Amino acid sequence: MHTALLLDMAADAAADRLALGRKAEGLTFAEVRRRAHHGAAFLEQMGGTNVAFVGLNGPALPVALFAAGMLAKPFAPLNYRLPDADLSKLLARTAPSVAIVDDDMAHRLASAEGVTVVARSAFEAACRMHGDSDAEFLDVDHDIAVLLFTSGTTGEPKAAILRHANLTSYVISTVEFLGSEPDEAALVSVPPYHIAGISAVLTGCYSGRRIVHLEAFTPEQWVDVASAEDITHAMVVPTMLGRILDVLEARGESLPSMKAISYGGGRMPLPVIERALALLPHVDFANAYGLTETSSTISILGPDDHRMALYSDDEAVKKRLGSVGRPLPTLELQIRGPDGEVLGPNESGEIYVRGEQVSGEYTSKKVIRDDGWFATNDGGYLDQEGYLFVEGRLDDVIVRGGENMSPGEIEDVLREHPDVADVAVLGLPDNEWGEKVAAVIVPRETQPSAQDLAAFAKARLRSSKTPEVWEFRDALPYNDTGKLLRRQLKAEMSRPA
Amino acid sequence: MELKPGSRWKSAVCDTEVVVVRPPKAEATLECGGYPVIPHAEAKPEGKTLHEDFAEGSQAGKRYADEETGMEVLCTKTGQGTLTIGGRPIGAKEAKKLPASD
Repeated sequence: MHTALLLDMAADAAADRLALGRKAEGLTFAEVRRRAHHGAAFLEQMGGTNVAFVGLNGPALPVALFAAGMLAKPFAPLNYRLPDADLSKLLARTAPSVAIVDDDMAHRLASAEGVTVVARSAFEAACRMHGDSDAEFLDVDHDIAVLLFTSGTTGEPKAAILRHANLTSYVISTVEFLGSEPDEAALVSVPPYHIAGISAVLTGCYSGRRIVHLEAFTPEQWVDVASAEDITHAMVVPTMLGRILDVLEARGESLPSMKAISYGGGRMPLPVIERALALLPHVDFANAYGLTETSSTISILGPDDHRMALYSDDEAVKKRLGSVGRPLPTLELQIRGPDGEVLGPNESGEIYVRGEQVSGEYTSKKVIRDDGWFATNDGGYLDQEGYLFVEGRLDDVIVRGGENMSPGEIEDVLREHPDVADVAVLGLPDNEWGEKVAAVIVPRETQPSAQDLAAFAKARLRSSKTPEVWEFRDALPYNDTGKLLRRQLKAEMSRPA
Repeated sequence: MELKPGSRWKSAVCDTEVVVVRPPKAEATLECGGYPVIPHAEAKPEGKTLHEDFAEGSQAGKRYADEETGMEVLCTKTGQGTLTIGGRPIGAKEAKKLPASD
């Protein structure tokens, strides 16, 4: 099954429903399909085996994604926020390809052999052509749907492969076809080169929900568009949610049409989600955990779990607000120890997953095992009831004197301190213990003392987990999808002064 | 007929279209409206009409699964015929509703 068939189904069954864009200038499902057909015919003439996309969010993104799908050409959205040289390098790696590039970004790209650059405006004009395209797209074998370059903080970015089979399996097994009410609309603010940006297009289309894209995220604009467009659904990363709540509080707004907000892509600080639940009691919150290599979500903490956690007296239930809920019923998930043995409840190890939506593949290497199990490189555990707790990248785990510690657990405690606005915990080389625990604190108005913070942590954690090194900064480094750049901090702090 | 995963088929007598999600474990014939389905790209044969015993209808977005052969298809276009394997109707699976996460 291929991704363009998802659009075909929606366009057949709900032709006149709005699919993309703002109400005033929105495109119906039939119109999106018509444009994707013209787009495919246009791209086919340009040659190349891949379709690259360098640009902001907007209706051209889904149209190009589906057009590439119709042609059975892998679609490669690139991170336009990279420095020009790096972006040009990535683009060259998509050759032979045709690249749809925002008009005002073209000057940033060095020309590369085998890459035909097409201005976004030219692509859009071709898609808008009158009448129906007479191009026939045969039921050819569809294989790779999307190539996503991972952020790769070290070395060359790897290109993760997502096949049509992975993505469509994810969509049809997690989303009810046309399950949305006709007036529902999703606000998508994650960038096109993020897996959530791709899956949002596919699941939105299959559920029959209008997608409104924010070109680039600012909390003010997000709130403005959410109100003006009567947005009912949105997906955000944790840092976005915190900033959105600040704007809502400052303006005294409460997003009355919003029905559901899902979040993921990083650890959600408890104070932020608790604030969100209090400020927006009418909204269903869902915490989704997934990876690029798994076609997005593999585990969800649903709205009722959120409310239960907030109102329950049971410690285990309360704690689940810090979990990512239960794995999807359509896949298998295990926690394994260092020797590959499957661990029991409440035992920490590496998260393994298996299922049709799991690709676990890069253009450079296949990291999925022959039996289909994919090692996520994330540490975590399952509780008695099967709720999954993610402890972060295994590379980030601090090993002090043989004891494994998750930075997230220590960060959660420090974040409860009234003078702490943000915090990062990491391991630094130590001659005696192998590693020692360091904390980087972003203070609120008053800077707490290291002594005070250490006492606060010690009262709530084992003393071995109490940070020994304290540093204070104005801000922490995050990438543009809200992931803390822990390795960057670690490198900076490991340098001899 | 080779019911490969991802292959598309349509009814010979109604609007129903399907895509194979899981293939049958052994050779099987998928029918709709009383007649074997035909490849999606082929033209419908003339002169055939929906068999009245197989007119329960199909619904786009529903998954139809057969326990005996393990075959599963997704209906991609709603039609009037009943999906069957060897004349045995195959049932629609209950949709698992999950909270929106993308």
